[in-house]
Formats: sequence, C-alpha cells, structure tokens
Amino acid sequence: MTRLSFTVTPVIIIVVAAILAILNLGTPATSALHVSDFVVGLAGKYLCYAMLALAVDLVWGFAGILTLGHAAFFALGGYAMGMYLTREIGARGVYANAQLPDFMIFLGWKNLPWYWHGFAHFPFAIVMALIVPGVLAAIFGFFAFRSRVGGVYLSIITQALTYALLLAFFRNDMGFGGNNGMTDFKDILGAPIGRSSTGTALMVISAICTALAYIGARWLTGSRFGKVMVAMRDAESRTRFLGYRPEYYKLVVWTLSAMLAGIGGALYVPQVGIINPSEFAPANSIEAVIWVAVGGRGTLSGAILGAVLVNLGKTILTGALPGAWLYALGGLFILVTIFLPRGIVGSLRRKNARDAILPTSDEPQGIAAIDSVQADLRESGAEMEKPA
Amino acid sequence: MTPAACLSDRKSPDAVLSLRPSHHPRHLPRVMAGKGGTRRGFASLCCALALTLFLVFGGAKARADTAADPYAGLASQSFDSIVSAVQAVALSGDARAHQVLDALGNNALYTWRYDRPDHALFIHDPQTGKWLNARTGDPVHAPPFMQVRRIVANDMVKNALQTATGVLDLSSPDPALRKAAASAIFANPAAATLPGVRHALSIEKNPAARAALLQAEAADILSTPSASSDERLAAIHAVAARDDMPARNLLSSLQGEHGPVATAAAAAIAHIDFTLRLWSWLETVYYGLSLGSVLLLAAAGLAITFGVMGVINMAHGEMVMIGAYVTFSVQQVFRAYIPDMFGSSLIVAIPAAFLVAGAIGILIERCMIRFLYGRPLETLLATWGLSLILQQAIRSIFGAENQNVGTPDWMSGYFALGGLTITLNRLAIIVFTIIVLAALMAVMRYTPLGLRMRAVTQNRRMAASMGIRTPWIDAMTFGLGSGIAGIAGVALSQIDNVSPNLGQNYIIDSFMVVVFGGVGNLWGTTLAALVLGIVNKALEPVAGAVLGKIVVLVLIILFIQRRPRGLFPVKGRAVEA
Repeated sequence: MTRLSFTVTPVIIIVVAAILAILNLGTPATSALHVSDFVVGLAGKYLCYAMLALAVDLVWGFAGILTLGHAAFFALGGYAMGMYLTREIGARGVYANAQLPDFMIFLGWKNLPWYWHGFAHFPFAIVMALIVPGVLAAIFGFFAFRSRVGGVYLSIITQALTYALLLAFFRNDMGFGGNNGMTDFKDILGAPIGRSSTGTALMVISAICTALAYIGARWLTGSRFGKVMVAMRDAESRTRFLGYRPEYYKLVVWTLSAMLAGIGGALYVPQVGIINPSEFAPANSIEAVIWVAVGGRGTLSGAILGAVLVNLGKTILTGALPGAWLYALGGLFILVTIFLPRGIVGSLRRKNARDAILPTSDEPQGIAAIDSVQADLRESGAEMEKPA
Repeated sequence: MTPAACLSDRKSPDAVLSLRPSHHPRHLPRVMAGKGGTRRGFASLCCALALTLFLVFGGAKARADTAADPYAGLASQSFDSIVSAVQAVALSGDARAHQVLDALGNNALYTWRYDRPDHALFIHDPQTGKWLNARTGDPVHAPPFMQVRRIVANDMVKNALQTATGVLDLSSPDPALRKAAASAIFANPAAATLPGVRHALSIEKNPAARAALLQAEAADILSTPSASSDERLAAIHAVAARDDMPARNLLSSLQGEHGPVATAAAAAIAHIDFTLRLWSWLETVYYGLSLGSVLLLAAAGLAITFGVMGVINMAHGEMVMIGAYVTFSVQQVFRAYIPDMFGSSLIVAIPAAFLVAGAIGILIERCMIRFLYGRPLETLLATWGLSLILQQAIRSIFGAENQNVGTPDWMSGYFALGGLTITLNRLAIIVFTIIVLAALMAVMRYTPLGLRMRAVTQNRRMAASMGIRTPWIDAMTFGLGSGIAGIAGVALSQIDNVSPNLGQNYIIDSFMVVVFGGVGNLWGTTLAALVLGIVNKALEPVAGAVLGKIVVLVLIILFIQRRPRGLFPVKGRAVEA
C-alpha cells in the first residue's frame, strides 16, 4: 500500500488532467463529452490551490507550525508572475506605452521603479516567484524560530505578516497597482491568454507541478529529515534534548513551503487573469488551512483532496445558493475540527493502519509518540508512508 | 461696496468734488497725524520754536475740538481729517458711533456740500429713502439734493474704519464682545489702535476682557515703531505669556530688530515653540489614549478568554459586532416607542449587549469549545468558522449595509483644554474603558466567580478536587469575556461603522494587544493597548496612517521574537506552553 500510494496520487492527478485536456481540445463543442474552457480553468485553479494546500500541510501537518499567513507567499508568487504578464502587455495597453504599465502612467510615474527591471523576462519572473517568498519566509522564520516563538503566537504573527503585506500592497506608492492590482493581461510567452489551448496548457503544467510537488514533499517527509520534523512537531523539547536543532529543521521546511506556495501563485495568476491585494487577506490563509484540515492534516494526498473538494463545494454552492456558502464554510470549520480531526484521508487511513500515529492535537502525545519516532529514526527509511 | 456702487461713485459729481484739492485749513489733521511731524520739526534747524509752539497749541486746540464734537472732522473735505475723525469717534464711546462709522463704510453718510458751522451729518438709507441726523439718530426731512454731498471713503479711510470698528467693540456693553474685540486686535495689531486699547483698559473691570486687552495692548506696542525699548520688552513678555501660535507669529515679525528686544523675542519664540511642541505631544498622547482605550475595550474580553482559558476565540470580533447590533436594535426600539428618552438608549444598550453577547458566548462554550480544550490550534479554526457563520447570520438579518447608530446629545460636541481640543465621544469612551476595566478587575479579584476562575487557571485539577465545577467556571469565563466584547461593541458603535465586518477590523489588532501585553495579565493588556495606541498615533504624522500601521505590525512581529511571551509573561516551570 505504501509504495502504491506513493505513486498513485501523482498518477491520478496527471491522468485526470490529461483526460480533461483531451476532452477540451480533441472534441467538438457540441459533443456530449466536451469539457468547456470554464471547467478546465477551474481545474487549473484547484491545482494551484492544491499546491498551496501542500505547502500548508508541510508546515502544519508535519512540522506543527500552524500558519495563518501562507496566502502571502502565494500572492507574492502571483505578483511576480503578474509583473511579467504586465510587462508582456507592452504597447498594447490603454496608453500604448511600451515603457510603463498603464497604472503607472495613470499615477503619474515617470520611470520604471528599479524592482520592476528584469520582469520583462519570463525566466527571471519565475525565479523571483520562488526567491521572493523564499527569502521573506527565511528571514521571518529565522527570527521567529530562533527565539522559539511557537504555537498560537506564531500563528498570530503570521497573520500579522500577511495583514501588513495586505495593507502595504493596497498603497499606490508601492508600485504594484495599488487597490486594483494588475489585470488585462494579453499573453504569456507569446501564447494569448484566454485562448483555449493556452488555458489547457496552463492546467496541464499546473497538474505536472502539483504532481512534482507531491513527490518532492513525499520524499522530504519520508526522509530522515522528515522524521525529525515529525518528532519536533510532537515533542519539541524532547527532540531538542536529543541533540537536534528544531529551529533549523523548521526554517528549512518553512522556506521550502513558502517557495512551493509561490509557484502555486505564479501559476494561478495567468489562469484567473488578475492579481490584487485581496489575495493577501488573512481569510484566504485560514481557508487554505481548512482545506488541509478537511483532507487530513499530516497526509499529503489529503491536502490535495481537501483543496479540490472544498473549492469544488465552493464553486457549486456559490452558484446555487450564494448566501449559503459562508454558512457551509463556517460549518465545515466547526464540524471538521470537532468530529473529523484527522480529516478524510487521515480517518480512512487510521482504519486500515495497524499503529499509525497521526496528529490528533497540538499537545505533545507523550512518551509513546516519541518512542515511536525514535524507533522510526532507527529503522530509517522503512515505513515511509507513516507520516507521523 | 459693490462694483455697481463704485461705478456710480466715479460718475457722481460729488466724488469729483471731494477729490478736488482741498482749500480747507489743514493744521488740524497734520497734528493729529502723530508725533512724527513734530519730531521732524525739532530735528530741522530751520524750524523755529514758534512753529513748534504753534503746532503744540494747535494740537491742544484740535483735541479740545474732538472732545467737544468727535463727528465734526467727518464733514471735512480732507481725507486726513476724516481719518482723524474716525479715530476720534471710535474712542469717544458714543452710542451712535457704530452706526455712523458703518454708514461711512457703506457710502451712506452725507454732509453739506459747502461746510456750514453745524458740520451736519446725515445718514441716508437708500432702501427706504429716509434721512437721519447722524449725531442723534432722529429722522430729518430730506435736505435739498443740491446742497449735500456724499462723504467718500478712500483706502486710507477704509483702513482707519476697519481699525476703528475693532476699537469700537471694545466699548460694547457685553464683556464677551469686548474680549472678542480685544482678541481681534491682538490677531491684527496696529499702532493706530493703541490709544483705543489703552482707553478701554483704563475703564475695563471684567478680568477676562482685561487680560485680553493687556495682550492687545502688548501687541499694539510691538507694532508701534516708536515705542521705547523698555515698553517693547515688557510687551514681549506679555505676549510670550500666551504661549500659542498667534503669539509666535507676532514675535517672529520682530526678527529684524536688534539688541535686547531681538534677544528677548528669540527667547520667547523658543519658549513658545517648546510649549507648542509639548501641546502637540500631549495631543498625540491623547489621541493615542483614545485609540488605546478602544483597542483595550476590544481586547479586554480576549485577554480573559485567551489569557485565562487559553482559548483562541477568532469569533471575538463578532461578539463586538453583535454588541454594536444590540445597540442599534435598542436604539430602534427607543426611536419607535420613546423617542424623548433617546439620550438614555446607550445606558440601556450596555447591559443588553453584555447579556446578549454573554449568553451567546456561554452557548458557544457549551456547544463547541468544550470539545476542543487543550487543542488551541483547532479551537482557532473552529471559532474562525463560527465567526463566518455569525457574520453571515447578521448579514441575513440586518443586511450588509452600515446601520445608523445615533450619538446622544450629551456625547456630541467638544471643549478646549489648554491647547487641546477634546471631543466628548472620545472622552466618554476613555472614561467608559476605565470603568469597564475597573469592574472587570473587581470581578476577578473580589467575587467568588473571580476567585474560582483564578483557581481553575492556576491548577485545574486541584480546583476540581476542591469542589469547583470547572466546566461551569469555563462557561462563565467565556460568557464574561464575550459579554465584555459586547460592551466594547456599544462603545465602538459610536465611532465606527456598524456593519457585519465591524469585528474583522478589530480582531487582528486585539490579538496584537493581547500577545504584546503577555497572556493572562490584564495590566499587561492595558499597558500594551495604550502603548500601541500611542505609537500608532505618533507614527501617523510621520509615516501616514497605513504605513504607520504596517510599521506597528512589523514592530510587534520583531518584539514577539525578542520576547516570545509578551511584555509580562506568566512565570512558571512549564517548558512548553
């Protein structure tokens, strides 16, 4: 089962994406089997959310850091891509100025700010979508973990971080389009945005990235590094007394996770066609946490499943009963935390597994959990599937 | 004067006549123009003593004339005479002076075309066509048109009129008016008003008006180039005593002076600058206290649920919001049934909001939170979900728009305290916060509930062993925290928009306060709220409101990394919280 599920999740993702792509491009619009551009776009969006969910799960499910600010990294990645797409508009904007984006002309800017240089090149933008969230996370994490800020305190200051960024990006002086953000993109790498083949290609790329992210996360959590991370999650002091430095482990996984969220954001923006400061809203970050909680904290496939399911529900409900979505989302938060603390995948797995130790709470689970982790550490690499 | 009147003036033969070089003897106005002419007479060797004597006696004669009939000079054809007469009229304290000068300003004052011994003055009302005797105010028959001329005021006369009206108010029977007139002279001092001010000072009894007159006198002295240096030094001290911006402006106009006057002025300016800066600091502190008390109200309930119980209640903001909506509902009832008693609606809303929010809090604790004790992160998520539901529920009931919550009359308005302007609603919130905080601390310290709460906080199992029903205490604690949030909602409804998003705007700030202050310590929460409020307001003028807030958030993030448990951490032996 272990080996199987290692490969089964990415295979499912790729296969579903491929089927959707073929049905979208290969069938006529009149065919009963035809998948509309809208559905392909939704699938692409969900896959980006899935990457964000994976990022949240890495730090919350495996390292015990409840982040309420991960959407900030997602949005930063999105802004990097948005800047590339804005430069790509070139002279086709309202003011037909190849040197400056429309909003800068509108605000009376004379020159391109220094931090916009280079964003005309796609590879640079992609590198920035990785580096900017990564560097911010590394700096934030370095100070936070070094001084052993943990638990709810860390959660609250991550929320403050994304809130501060939200306020900052709302300012026109920042040079990122202020309140309106960036939109009205024309094309990406020469392919017109909005054409069905571009949308499908972006969705397939998102699927591949999600699958790769899953495999990478799987490898990381299954490694010796992952075992220490879990030990740290369940009994931080004890792990420290055993000679490990939890702050370094936390810092590494925190930074990697922020970079993963940045990739998700970078792929998200060309598919939805807009990036604005509301992506930084603390509510977005908390929503990402509930995807993970629904799917199953500490299970990577659960994070992906949760992101897709919750957002599918959101799409259906907001279409059918617009007022009911917030009730449903709120109810989901309450019911999942009280009645399904392990999430969907976690609950299913617990039924099957003989002695799985999944996180049930934030309390250290005592000697038993730690002994089990130590045993795991000793037989390093066996039982990869067990996330805890 | 309207442009049309100007135009008609220019056409009028009267005006041409009055601009004609005057043949009237001019000795009188020359003397009245001031000592300058006299002094020049002395300086010049060719000026004989006789001339000087003549001038002095002439002056004395003129003074005697004006004392007898201050109005006479107005009938003159010389502008100099008219200016002198205007000053004399203003100083005379005559009851009719105001009306006559107004008439002169409005081009409604007439006299004989060729001066007669009675120097008659008429006021003509163009609307009614009536003529009055300017000196007595009695109606008179319209004089023959060809025999009168309008007295025309040129710029010099108009300036004199402006000063004179100011001086005239100094002799008003209303002390408040006299004080205002003196302040107006201070704001716009001129050497010409000095005699008027001194005259008023000699008879003024009202202390407030007298103080204002002394200031005006000093300002006038400073504007008189001929005043002696001792007089000016005294005046600088008098002006400097005001310690405000107008005084500073007046003193800075003395920059060109030399010697002790300049030194004194510079010292006085430095002192005033210091005082002004002090007031502006005080103002920042007051605004900060006001913001801090709002933050404290919003965070006090959170400090109880988070600090005492260790429960992260993300729905806390919604309790505040519910409190505001309770206020709105109570006011609606007042508006519908007893509109006369609207002023007391807030008094009724306070206990109502406490009970409603408290009851909802107890319900939440019993139905949800008790299943999540010991799992703070899950509690956080569940209460966040609850906050979404509560917001949506309020939106379904009341609608998404802002609701109109009224401010009772006794809370509107403001008053000045030294250099501060204090608005009553902000002051009311500060006072209210102090009362709420004191009540909260009293409950925690002196009531059986507070005793049990503290016992459960310190050692839950031991407290349970001693017979305390810990689940009941938990419910009550949560209810108390929520009730305080509801009360905060009553206060916030007075200064913020009452909409379903009200709570969202405060939840992050409230958490910052609790985390900054250190969990489980009401004093820490208080200090943190006030510090954050003041820092926020101090940064606003430097960095702008949004950037200031960002800086505060970043500072808190940095602070938490230095002191992960806040300003006043709870000391204990636990390795992990």
